[in-house]
Amino acid sequence: MTTLKRVPWTLVVFAAALVVPFLGSRFYTFVATDIAILSLFAMSLNLLLGYTGLVSFGHAAYFGIGAYACALLMKSAGAPFLPSLVAGGLMAAAFALVFGFFCVRLTRIYFAMLTLAFAQIVWAICFKWNDVTGGEQGLPNVPYPDIDWMSSLPVLGDFRTGDQFYLVCVLIVALCIAGLRRIIDSPFGRVLTVIRDNAERAQFIGVNVRAHQLAAFVVAGFFAGISGALFGIFNRGVFPDFCYWTKSAEPLIMTILGGMSAFWGPAVGAAAFIVLNQQITSYTEYWPFTMGVVLIILLFVFPGGIAGTLIGAVERLRARPQPDAGSAPDARESDARG
Amino acid sequence: MPEFSFLFGQFIGGLTAAMFLFLIASGLSLIFGVLRVLNFAHGSFYMIGAYLAWQLVRWMQPAAEGFWPAALGAALAIALLGGIVERLLLRHLYAREELYQLLFTYALVLILGDVAKILWGTQQLSVSRPPSLAGSLELLGVTIPYYNLFIMLLCPTIAVGFWYILQRTAVGRIVRAAALDRETLGALGANVGWVYTGMFMVGSFLAGLGGALVTPIKSIVPGMDVEIIVEAFIVVVIGGLGSFWGTFLGALIYGQVLSFGILVFPRFSIFAVSVLMAAILILRPWGLLGRPLK
Amino acid sequence: MLEVEGVRKTFDGFTAVDGVSLSVARGEIAAVIGPNGAGKSTLFNLITGHLSPDAGRVLLKGRDITGAAPHRICLMGMGRSFQRTNIFAKLTVFENVQAAFITHRRHGGNFWSLSSSLYRSETHELLASLGLIDKADAVSGALSHGAQKQVELGIALACDPEILLLDEPTAGMSAAETHETIRLLERIARERGLTLLFTEHDMEVVFSIAQRISVLHQGRMIARGTPTEVQAHAEVRRVYLGERH
Repeated sequence: MTTLKRVPWTLVVFAAALVVPFLGSRFYTFVATDIAILSLFAMSLNLLLGYTGLVSFGHAAYFGIGAYACALLMKSAGAPFLPSLVAGGLMAAAFALVFGFFCVRLTRIYFAMLTLAFAQIVWAICFKWNDVTGGEQGLPNVPYPDIDWMSSLPVLGDFRTGDQFYLVCVLIVALCIAGLRRIIDSPFGRVLTVIRDNAERAQFIGVNVRAHQLAAFVVAGFFAGISGALFGIFNRGVFPDFCYWTKSAEPLIMTILGGMSAFWGPAVGAAAFIVLNQQITSYTEYWPFTMGVVLIILLFVFPGGIAGTLIGAVERLRARPQPDAGSAPDARESDARG
Repeated sequence: MPEFSFLFGQFIGGLTAAMFLFLIASGLSLIFGVLRVLNFAHGSFYMIGAYLAWQLVRWMQPAAEGFWPAALGAALAIALLGGIVERLLLRHLYAREELYQLLFTYALVLILGDVAKILWGTQQLSVSRPPSLAGSLELLGVTIPYYNLFIMLLCPTIAVGFWYILQRTAVGRIVRAAALDRETLGALGANVGWVYTGMFMVGSFLAGLGGALVTPIKSIVPGMDVEIIVEAFIVVVIGGLGSFWGTFLGALIYGQVLSFGILVFPRFSIFAVSVLMAAILILRPWGLLGRPLK
Repeated sequence: MLEVEGVRKTFDGFTAVDGVSLSVARGEIAAVIGPNGAGKSTLFNLITGHLSPDAGRVLLKGRDITGAAPHRICLMGMGRSFQRTNIFAKLTVFENVQAAFITHRRHGGNFWSLSSSLYRSETHELLASLGLIDKADAVSGALSHGAQKQVELGIALACDPEILLLDEPTAGMSAAETHETIRLLERIARERGLTLLFTEHDMEVVFSIAQRISVLHQGRMIARGTPTEVQAHAEVRRVYLGERH
């Protein structure tokens, strides 16, 4: 496992991401932007799911809130991009604080159902509040951020707007992911893992479980809001179905697809999901059917997702030539969280 | 001030909706009570039950009273489907985290939704009322179709029947024991596996029956699976997950809230569902008749 | 150090603990014994805040902690180990103990530092004193029962407790392991000036290190005193007749 860990994955991914505009294809840039943004969305959910052990069916609410807040600021108030983006994240975090307060008092199924209920309420508000959210029509024509300054830069200036925005997205998403990584590696993150492992025992080592779960909820909400804000711009419009509960299922599926016990798992899952979607929908309209079948195969055959399965396979290959202490493959599991 | 007959009409409407919801939600509650699985695909079973009923009626076309065998046939087919799903697939997930079970049932929703589209297309379909129950009666200024009356009598009868079986028979005792402590039950020699399969089939039967019986009243459309499952969740949460009479009470309450809520807050009927669910989960998560959580 | 005054707890009509009082002085080693179902675990849960008593009080170092949140009680200096081994199975032994250091010293709100670098030497020290250093990188869930109990103890000790509540610390152990564990507990209690309160089924264990014993029977305390006093107590002998290990 050490070989896998030694590869500086972060740099590899970042480098790969930066290459995309040079490929000169509108389509590739489009897909890559989609992947980058939804990776952040899925990774924010995994903070709750894989690290804290909380199953939320309403994560799309924060995605939507971030999208609406940012779009409204940029469109109606003419605010600049970065402050609006941050405001979107903060708005989502604020809602996460309020909703999360009630949700963490419940466990398991009840927790999941309350997150679902809150998400549906947010959806209903967005759907009905015509004056502010544009109701059913949503907010079309969200302005692009002002990235004209990019045109004056040497290499980047030659790119299309779509590519320039893609690079901005990559930068922002990279910063957010770095932030998430830091948080997960921090004592706070360690406590979350401990809570997931054994919440009862965590109490008896001095952990205020509810407070930590709420904090995780808020952080996850913040990053979901950022991803929503970016998506609203990318999509050139914000619509109520950003908040609908079936949208919440997407990051869940991406996380399971990629593997929830690996840090990069959800990102891998997002990429796989989007690419799969592109391919399948060009052949047939029965994308839900395909998704359902893929999901079932995952659940039964590859519960660790893509990343989990790969890591497991590598471990097995490494463990074979060296039959030393039986704990070798097991001890690696904690490395897998890399 | 609306007339009495108008109010009474709303009340009857709410009652009819409630009875259907009860039929479906009771299946959901039964499955959750024993298997501890929240079956998202329950609504899909309801929808397929409706489509199957339509299909069977069509095949028996010349026969006048095709509806009743069709409804029963559809419900039994759904029960069989449930049994297959549980035996072959779901049971392997019991040992895993709940998330996997939930995602599995969600995958079923995706699959069954598209299967329905493939087999029956996206057009609205409907079934006419069985001739034996055509017509209606006038009560207090409101026209109540005989069919609706029949439903309003049938569902409580089914409720009482189930209650009786659960409380008074040996089979019922085993089921209740399975709900409380599966390990001990297994140790006592009861074949827990078949109890689970059986319960899943019974629950699915109820969903399929509900779908089949609703066809003369509501048209069959794609999306009815998602719509009903959210309502069934509310009902079960209000009454208390796993509580049989709780589901009945929850259905009655929800039916009336929906009926009269639309009058009072027409713009906000879309909220009613979610706000009600959130309120119950915040204030009294175990519902009206459920067991307190801790 | 610890005062329990007349606590009572009823579940659905069944009174598990009925007006139990006991006190443990600083530095003392005390035990609570009683046949199965006497209410020992419930009593512990009431003391550590896992359950709220219907009546009565619990005082720690003079402060009322009745029904307080478990994490608060832990931070005030009470540690606990569980009857059924309750550790962080997916983490390594090192990580288990390190986590306890991190949380107890209130770093749970730290979003910035690298958690893996905190308290490394303290964790090493503690693992060494428990004889777990060679298993430091093993995933704790895969260890033997006895080793897991040691990890359990390690976690409890990392919280720097002043009083340690141990729920059947030698349950499921062989005679040799039991002996080792008792010696270990004694040594640690002495080194750190710990107060110990434990429950046990094994009478040998109890009589070998306990300084004061309380006897519980069907939720009520029927005897309290030194080992000699308790052994001579008429009712205790009656209750235990036929139940001696």
